[in-house]
Amino acid sequence: MPANRFNGQTDYGVGIGLRVPHYAHILSRKPTVDWFEIISENFMVDGGRPLELLDKILEQYRVVQHGVSMYFGSADKPDREHLKRLKALVKRTKTPWLSDHLCWGSVDGTYTHDLLPMPYTFGAARRTAEKIRQIRDFLEVPICVENVSSYAEFHVSEMTEWEFLSEVVELADCGILLDVNNIYVSSKNHGFDPYDYVNNVPHKRVGQMHVAGHTKFEKYILDTHDHPVLDPVWKLYAHATRTCGVTATLLEWDDKIPSFDEVHNEALKANEFIDGAKKAVV
Amino acid sequence: MKLPPKHAPSRIGSTGELRAFQRMMATAIVRPLTAGDGMQPRWIDGRAMEKVAAEFVSPNDRLSSFERLQLYNKMYWFRLFDAIRDDCPGLVAALGEQAFVRLSQAYLEHCPSRSFTLRNLCSRLERFIVENPSITAPRTALASEIARFEWAQTVAFDGESLPVVDAALLARTPPSRLRLGLQPYVTLLALRFPVDSFLVRVKRRDALRSEASNTPDSDAVRRKVRRAALPRPSRTFVAVHRHHNRLFHKRLDPAAFRILEALQGGATLTRAVSAAGPAVRPRQVRTWFKTWMALGWFCAPGNKSGRKASLL
Repeated sequence: MPANRFNGQTDYGVGIGLRVPHYAHILSRKPTVDWFEIISENFMVDGGRPLELLDKILEQYRVVQHGVSMYFGSADKPDREHLKRLKALVKRTKTPWLSDHLCWGSVDGTYTHDLLPMPYTFGAARRTAEKIRQIRDFLEVPICVENVSSYAEFHVSEMTEWEFLSEVVELADCGILLDVNNIYVSSKNHGFDPYDYVNNVPHKRVGQMHVAGHTKFEKYILDTHDHPVLDPVWKLYAHATRTCGVTATLLEWDDKIPSFDEVHNEALKANEFIDGAKKAVV
Repeated sequence: MKLPPKHAPSRIGSTGELRAFQRMMATAIVRPLTAGDGMQPRWIDGRAMEKVAAEFVSPNDRLSSFERLQLYNKMYWFRLFDAIRDDCPGLVAALGEQAFVRLSQAYLEHCPSRSFTLRNLCSRLERFIVENPSITAPRTALASEIARFEWAQTVAFDGESLPVVDAALLARTPPSRLRLGLQPYVTLLALRFPVDSFLVRVKRRDALRSEASNTPDSDAVRRKVRRAALPRPSRTFVAVHRHHNRLFHKRLDPAAFRILEALQGGATLTRAVSAAGPAVRPRQVRTWFKTWMALGWFCAPGNKSGRKASLL
């Protein structure tokens, strides 16, 4: 299901994250790229160079917004200033959908600037879904929620992470940004089968996928986004595209960022698996 | 952030229970690290942290509850230290690494982030330095001015830009009735140290913000702040601003500073110019205004967006 109501009925192909080291290359060479994902917070400002650059990118490319601080799972009410700025940016970019994480990161108005894992309870799912609905109604744009990579689990949880994700998106009637790398990282950190995760989320709600690199340490895996995508993640991605259908895919590379071409070529490897998934359907 | 409950909730059905759980975990995450960059061994009430972590975080076959929680505790501090370091290279250069980390930790403990964006993290830093002089002594005065300057750079970089006043309107309005505002991205600074020259030597990274996901930033380890000789006291007047979306700072004559300050304070053009003092020649004032107009510094008074560009 390449196009669905969760990604604004689009069929965007394979994109990469718009990152500062690549601006000069993109603006001068104008490479062919299916789409760029921007981090909304980097452009939720009043003026200056960030918006000037964004406008230049928007003249040439399709852009989708991805947020890192909406904290759908925080008990706090949505921040009005945040929402107003986000809505202004949505109008500017005309993003067909918008994504942020299924996590929390602030409490009592204090921000940790991290994507903290949720306690997987029915009560937390209800509260989170309610908040997603409120935010979507205000922003008037489809929302996809992304599964985060995590390093801790909680005794209080009543279900698996994928059950929690499914519960939230069904209650909120929103989409999923399925981060295949995050599933893999968390599966190693928490000891579950990543294929169980992919097999058990509502496939029809997947509006976008993420792939990325990670780093292995002795006792855990860290979601570093500073490497090419590792083979097990590509395999999981291949399975996800076969299972959920081919959908907008994005490579995240946020640290030790190599040349534009290297990042883009890494992202385009996804096409190999997309072709495989299409053939499997035929 | 309000105090966490004595024990993490044993179930989370309501928003209140979710909030209690989040207060518990957030309190653990934002507590300062030990000298060895580990999580503190004792909880806020003196109990062993291992026991407290085990109350709500599940262990796995490789990591204890304490160790899993510690990962988040460490990432919080490293991420926020890096964010301050990125925005305040002058402070790092002036204070040195150890004192900078001591200041950052104290600042974040007293003024944790209240904004969704790291862009605003240093907005209260100058005030904190002034109100807590012992942390940066004996360089408090210099440190506070650097923090002020570096925050002004953040504002100049991505602050709001309002419509520039129309020169024709200026020409036909009597100076005794004309009031002008300064662009929100322009900050006037009267300094005791030539912080501008110092920062040129340190060289601030004129870079776009690049917050992305929750990935740890390994660049921080590689980034080195250039050392520079500390400036000697010298009265300095500066406007931090942008032009064609590039950061600049402009030295101002004290009389020119007084004019701009008076305009920003709501004075009419006549009163503002008189603030410059009798020694300043009209020709000099006209030259200054010509430059400021060319830089696009003047907007309608009030410095708030959304109002009409009336000059009266």
